[in-house]
Amino acid sequence: MGELKLMKGNEAVAEAAIRAGCDGYFGYPITPQSEVMEYLMAEKPFERTGMVVLQAESEVAAINMLYGGAGTGKMVMTSSSSPGVSLMQEGISYLAGAELPAVIVNIVRGGPGLGTIQPSQADYFQAVKGGGHGDYKMLVLAPASVQEMCDHVKLAFDKAFEYRTPVMILSDGAIGQMMEKVVLFDQIPRRTDEELIKQCPWASNGRPKTRNHNIITSLDLDPAGQERVNLKLQAKYQMMEKNEVLYEEIQCEDADYLLVAFGLSARICQKALDLARAKGIKVGLFRPITLFPFPAIEVSNVGNRVKGILVVEMNAGQMIEDVKLSVGCKVKIEHYGRFGGIIPSPDEVVKALTQKIIGG
Amino acid sequence: MEEQFAKTEIHKPENIVYKKSDLMVDRPLSYCPGCGHGTAHRMLMEVIEEMDISDKTIGVSPVGCSVLAYDFLNIDMLGAAHGRAPALATAIKRMWPNHFVFTYQGDGDLAAIGTAETIHACNRGENITIIFINNGIYGMTGGQMAPTTLPGMRSSTSPYGRDVPTMGHPLKITELIAQLPGVYYVTRQAVHTPNNVRKTKKAIRKAFELQKENKGLCFIEIVSNCNSGWKMTPVQSNKWMEENMFPFYVLGDIKVDGKLIEMTK
Amino acid sequence: MAKIKGDIVINTERCKGCEVCLAACPFTVIAMSKEVNSKGYHFAMKVNHECTGCTNCALVCPDGVITVYRAKVETE
Repeated sequence: MGELKLMKGNEAVAEAAIRAGCDGYFGYPITPQSEVMEYLMAEKPFERTGMVVLQAESEVAAINMLYGGAGTGKMVMTSSSSPGVSLMQEGISYLAGAELPAVIVNIVRGGPGLGTIQPSQADYFQAVKGGGHGDYKMLVLAPASVQEMCDHVKLAFDKAFEYRTPVMILSDGAIGQMMEKVVLFDQIPRRTDEELIKQCPWASNGRPKTRNHNIITSLDLDPAGQERVNLKLQAKYQMMEKNEVLYEEIQCEDADYLLVAFGLSARICQKALDLARAKGIKVGLFRPITLFPFPAIEVSNVGNRVKGILVVEMNAGQMIEDVKLSVGCKVKIEHYGRFGGIIPSPDEVVKALTQKIIGG
Repeated sequence: MEEQFAKTEIHKPENIVYKKSDLMVDRPLSYCPGCGHGTAHRMLMEVIEEMDISDKTIGVSPVGCSVLAYDFLNIDMLGAAHGRAPALATAIKRMWPNHFVFTYQGDGDLAAIGTAETIHACNRGENITIIFINNGIYGMTGGQMAPTTLPGMRSSTSPYGRDVPTMGHPLKITELIAQLPGVYYVTRQAVHTPNNVRKTKKAIRKAFELQKENKGLCFIEIVSNCNSGWKMTPVQSNKWMEENMFPFYVLGDIKVDGKLIEMTK
Repeated sequence: MAKIKGDIVINTERCKGCEVCLAACPFTVIAMSKEVNSKGYHFAMKVNHECTGCTNCALVCPDGVITVYRAKVETE
């Protein structure tokens, strides 16, 4: 089943959205992810499935178009890159506060500020710890291949509606641009109005005379009411922590040392692992796939068995904080990273592992 | 006597010639005494009730005094972030093209923080209705200067009066967007006297009828009072509005059937 | 002979005493009460029987507190 194609990561995201039954995509151009909207416009999904594709006037407008569509129960998606995602933070906070399902794809580029157009992983904090105001979380998925770029779109929509939450796919410029084989899942038909209303009885899409009106809002002027909302959100996030953790362990069973990395860095570490093992170093790789909920228990189990951990990420040290929180202080944990769009090589990783962790 | 007539002859349901629409939720409004919001809300609900489209109408409320509009309007509503209502309405109408979609916004929402969203929804000619309540002040946050505050008008952030050289001119956003070809119907009305209320209702009805025909964006500005922000009684504020706001924000049709009306002073 | 007679019923608890209805009435049917309602507002009240049911007051009331009746009434 499924269709095998050679595609760019950005294109796979776009094609997956059409096939997942997405109702609307609203985006704004920014390198290195403009291909998502370019592909969608060229594919004319309105003729394929009735999916709306609209170029907004800014990322601020795009995320608010998502809020509008999601508030009526529609399956909506946007994509952007770091500076544009910064502009979306208000909208994301509102989506979380109003408990709306939506998928936001961040093809991360070097920062801060206007930065570069090359890949980076420096938006981990923004995605996982909440770049917008208030106590909220998003489910955050970190694909490491074009196949995962495709599969995570369907997973993101499923979880967005299951939990009534915005979901972020945190990718980067390299995975967005690289071409790989991908097996595309078969077209899932877009929901009919009746199916949508059944799935989303809370949505504001026209009050029939048989019910009270629905209101989509994140405001409660009564602090007791707003506290109740927050407690409800926290309970939701605890459910996610219990049920939605995804990760991958590679050769961790006999490992003396551990590499922890997500996304592109994990692919580099996979090669570094091969190089290190060839030299006789028993190293394993732990790859979180959900960054929230973070696989804290799992990384702790593996991490506390080894003599040292090198966290490899293309930033100044962000996920390492969650690794340290999970593993505790009995094990040596160090960071290795490059910034500004530079991608580390497997040799650099092996060298860092040798120097910072194994010692010598 | 006549009192007897009043009580026994007249007070029958079939003799009611006016009552508040059932689409107004039966609860006290949170607006200040005399504020035009209440009247505007009611006219909007009357139109929707008369057209029998309450099950196909989706409204987007702003940030401002009418942030709580969704508590008073018995239709499905979404509360938008400040200024963003036209973006929400765009997506909603694109994905529910057979529904009636409107935004209801204040002057700060529509003409300050939301300027880009306003202009671009107008420019794309979204088939929605925008209702713009212009009272030249930020009411909800305590009476600060708005883009439509008049020169010399006092507010909490222009305590000595709006100083044009440092604070700019008032923004006639309605005239600006009326230039855009995607906008089909633009009118400026008021709700402080019975005749103006009747005209406003007609304008809202016209806009919703036009939405059925997918003619483009319909924009209704309602110049209204803010007696709290202006620090007057309601009756004084309506008089002040007539004497000061109306000469600047001239009532009447600005664009009809896609064509600008020549405004003569 | 028949006469058109109107009457208004004011929800005095919801009236906020803004007085905008006073000027709207062509027959000065409405004036403000001396008492206050439970919210502390002086409320609008009928002070004569000249009402013709023209609905001006109800149209202009921001809080929609006025219901208007009108009927043909036989008078001697």
